[in-house]
Amino acid sequence: MSPATDVVHGADVAVHVEDLTVRYREAPALWDVDVDVPHGVLAGIVGPNGAGKSTLLKSIVGLLTPSAGHVRVFGRPFREVRRRVAYVPQRSAVDWDFPTTVHDVVMMGRYAHLGWFRRPGATERRMAHAALERLGLDDLSGRQIGELSGGQQQRVFLARALVQDADLYLMDEPLAGVDAPTERSIIAIWHELRAQGKTVVVVHHDLQTVSSTFDWLALVNVRLVAAGPVAAVFTAEHLRAAYGGQVALVSAESATPLAEPQAATPPTPSVPR
Amino acid sequence: MVDALLALVTDFTARNVVLGAGVLGILCGAVGSFAVLRRQSLLGDMLAHAALPGIVLGFLATGTRSLPPLLAGALLSGAAWALLLQVIARRTRLKDDGATTLTLSLSFALGLALLAFATQRGDARYAGLDSFLFGQAASLLPADVTLLVVVASVVIGLMALAWKELALVTFDRAYARTAGVSVVAIESALTVALALAVVVGLQLVGVVLMTALVVAPAVAARQWTDRLGHMVMVAAAIGASSAIVGAAVSASVRGMATGPVIVLVASFAAFASLAFAPRRGLVWASRRRRRRES
Repeated sequence: MSPATDVVHGADVAVHVEDLTVRYREAPALWDVDVDVPHGVLAGIVGPNGAGKSTLLKSIVGLLTPSAGHVRVFGRPFREVRRRVAYVPQRSAVDWDFPTTVHDVVMMGRYAHLGWFRRPGATERRMAHAALERLGLDDLSGRQIGELSGGQQQRVFLARALVQDADLYLMDEPLAGVDAPTERSIIAIWHELRAQGKTVVVVHHDLQTVSSTFDWLALVNVRLVAAGPVAAVFTAEHLRAAYGGQVALVSAESATPLAEPQAATPPTPSVPR
Repeated sequence: MVDALLALVTDFTARNVVLGAGVLGILCGAVGSFAVLRRQSLLGDMLAHAALPGIVLGFLATGTRSLPPLLAGALLSGAAWALLLQVIARRTRLKDDGATTLTLSLSFALGLALLAFATQRGDARYAGLDSFLFGQAASLLPADVTLLVVVASVVIGLMALAWKELALVTFDRAYARTAGVSVVAIESALTVALALAVVVGLQLVGVVLMTALVVAPAVAARQWTDRLGHMVMVAAAIGASSAIVGAAVSASVRGMATGPVIVLVASFAAFASLAFAPRRGLVWASRRRRRRES
């Protein structure tokens, strides 16, 4: 690697996204996006439906091949640092009727560290148990995963990511279909992770909770609208740029509430899905 | 029936058939579990039917009924049609199921035409080739059984070695990729294993019903357990018993093809499991619903 590359892709940045364009067939899902997520932040990725939020996450972990641009994680290509990264897919990504238990799914978080042909042993079981306990799932350990509620399933995915003991956590809509107590416990875990110096990046759709939850924000609508500390990014002007007329009202947390573009529809506190 | 089973234990040829059927059932149950969970049942059906032109061509090329060249023909043919299927599914607007059904019928029609061409020449050597349609246990030679045992051991041995990778890819392929598991390698291996299981079973079960021995035991097994490992073992057991009973019955009843009997037994197990298995079965589900309503 040339010294110049090291300077540009400095390792003080957790995720470096440069000139990223991703297309599905013809239409671009992401267009020329540049983002640098610093180390140790709890970052939200926010934008309307179809804005390319999940696409951005999938591109970071190499699930999608960009048609232009590149991504660096801790200054290196993802495949070189994958053990330091834990990815939490959307809950809908798997078949929950699959014949497996809560415990077995959480154990899968250790497979990357084990490598080919090695079986999980006592250490892995201990780590899985600790993660299950931390998420309040220890009583459900032996359950088939389809018997769980949506919030419990989301916590299983989170537990699987926790046993990876990563430095960067990338989560795709981890609060979708989750009840209020579960939401609070998941957010508490994000804060714990940040306190341990880890970086957490979350695709999020609830504008109401943005400023109370995150300290860093990327606002996306195919293009990057704005990125940086929440206070600087979460403004009426940026939101209007990202959502257009879709945002009827932004929560009182934000500095300047937007004017209602359509008086006929009752104001909704979040973006209609 | 009892006589037939008794004869199986004493008679050498019969023992040979039982061993072959049992091993094939185990292989199909194990491979089928993954095929069903990965929604590849229809692909299995296509591979079985697409094997027929390969079998006939292998026969015409070598002029013998020895199994290895026929199976090689079957595998090559299956691979070629699977490739065509991929091209159709990727390049045209036709959806997967339509593309699969299209290649299935086309390859099978070609196979039947070739078969008619080969048999109508009246050459005695070609007699019995049509037993590949519905399967004929009696035609199983000791060498064929050896081949079955070798294929099954290799496939199941590799499965055991790469068990956690197989489970991870089958359950959550995107996550598996981020964890650095070679998803392409695992998925290709599973598809090759499916093709192998289907092809080595053709002589016993026949191209028409072959997939049923892959799918039915796995469907039945899923009803009885919530663990992947247990599912594979139960499916192997159901596959083996179906195949053995089928082979025994067809061996003792004149003119009874083996495939239909095997598939009747395996499908009975599948339907019975769908209906009566505790917790997942229809009967239990409706009883639970009634209890909740009352």
